[in-house]
Amino acid sequence: MHQRIIDKYLEELEAKLLRMGSEVERLLKKAIESLIETNEDLAREAIEMDRTIDAMELEIDRFCIEVLALHQPAAHDLRFVISIAKITPILERIADHATSIAEATIRISQHPKIKSYFKIPIIAEKACKMLKESLEAIISEDAEAARQIIKQDKEIDADYKETFDKLLEMMIEDTSTTAVAAQLLFVAKHLERIGDYIKDICELTVYMKEAVFIKHHGESSEL
Amino acid sequence: MHSFSHNQGEATSLGLEVKIKAEVKGLNFYYGKNKALKNINLSFAENKVTAIIGPSGCGKSTLLRCMNRIHDLYPDIRYEGEIILHPSGINIVSPEVDPLEMRMRIGMVFQKPTAFPKSVFENVAFGLRLQGERRKNVIEEKVEQALRMAFLWDEVKDRLHKSAYNLSGGQQQRLCIARVLATTPEILLFDEPTSALDPVATAKIEELITFLKEKVTIIIVTHNMQQAARISDYTAFMYLGELIEFDTTKRIFQNPSKKLTEDYITGNFG
Repeated sequence: MHQRIIDKYLEELEAKLLRMGSEVERLLKKAIESLIETNEDLAREAIEMDRTIDAMELEIDRFCIEVLALHQPAAHDLRFVISIAKITPILERIADHATSIAEATIRISQHPKIKSYFKIPIIAEKACKMLKESLEAIISEDAEAARQIIKQDKEIDADYKETFDKLLEMMIEDTSTTAVAAQLLFVAKHLERIGDYIKDICELTVYMKEAVFIKHHGESSEL
Repeated sequence: MHSFSHNQGEATSLGLEVKIKAEVKGLNFYYGKNKALKNINLSFAENKVTAIIGPSGCGKSTLLRCMNRIHDLYPDIRYEGEIILHPSGINIVSPEVDPLEMRMRIGMVFQKPTAFPKSVFENVAFGLRLQGERRKNVIEEKVEQALRMAFLWDEVKDRLHKSAYNLSGGQQQRLCIARVLATTPEILLFDEPTSALDPVATAKIEELITFLKEKVTIIIVTHNMQQAARISDYTAFMYLGELIEFDTTKRIFQNPSKKLTEDYITGNFG
């Protein structure tokens, strides 16, 4: 098969998305590490990374528009460009949530340590794993893998509910933990939202590969 | 693959009622011993634009030319199968059918404008006179109507009796469309109608086609994929004399069912 002019652009688009995806993954890991270790320096490093990710999002936006305007992609090429154009802002929002976790770390570090973060480390680990797998699914265009990742979001939701209740209990039982526990409630919510966003990415991977929309609890082709 | 039901020319597609204007059934076409069309089965929806796409030599122009028997002008050609014109039920390619009558009912616009060396008015009046119309007022009325329908009236109303050759390429092409429209055809065939035109003239022809489909069924052969995507409701993809895929244009350009179609529309061919 000959190399089409558009191929070069699609490959570049994929490479840009990969770079942004791995940067978001790194930011999320760093933010979580800073939280678990209550490490302010790491938290600040994570916050700093968010700017690069914002710039990457803009660059991919511009590139997608350029490909659409100059190369008029069709069929799979079109779905690929559209999916990436939609995945990019989702990755940026994941980065925002990760940054908020790093910011919470800085606030938490001002207070005495508490005995447990409950399931927050487990949720964080699951979110990191899901993000990594979702990026791999995009690159390999593995719709089946994407569907499996979507299922994992339910585990995060369940863990989130459990952690929420435990944090509340702790705040009632020992009011000296309130300041930190309140921050952890936000952290848990950020992680839960990250799970939702990864699900959205996976839905777009299914669209890219199969041209079906599975969001909003449906599995239908609207073409 | 998209298909119409063949029940009295009615078809349901994606919840829309679509009437069939013409049905190609088991059509084979030969240039001498060369079989250029192989068992084509295809329906053309009424008041819709159907685009036929495919690489050079795939048979798309051959199929278009079967629709109004233009091939009959050349020796040693042969049709097998049927093209049924609804609602009359006439088999267009039957030897009993008069090709001249078919060309009145199914008009054709070619790649390059084919204005006659006559005045603008006489170009449009040509088909009417051929049909035997002699009443001056009727001819005048129909010529104006056809020129208006072809979006040309305002540009030529003050030079109706000047040579058509003074018009620009785009205007000459619209004049050819007006000439065909004057005889009130049931189907309009376009064979690469904009390949010799600049982008502005092309856009005018495309707008015109979109406007005309309310009045007449349109079949267009084009090499310009974006043009097919812009103006057609249905798209047929042909390759090596065969119909590979036929579906709504939306589907063909977003998610074709055949790999060959996808390869062609994304330029992955050859």
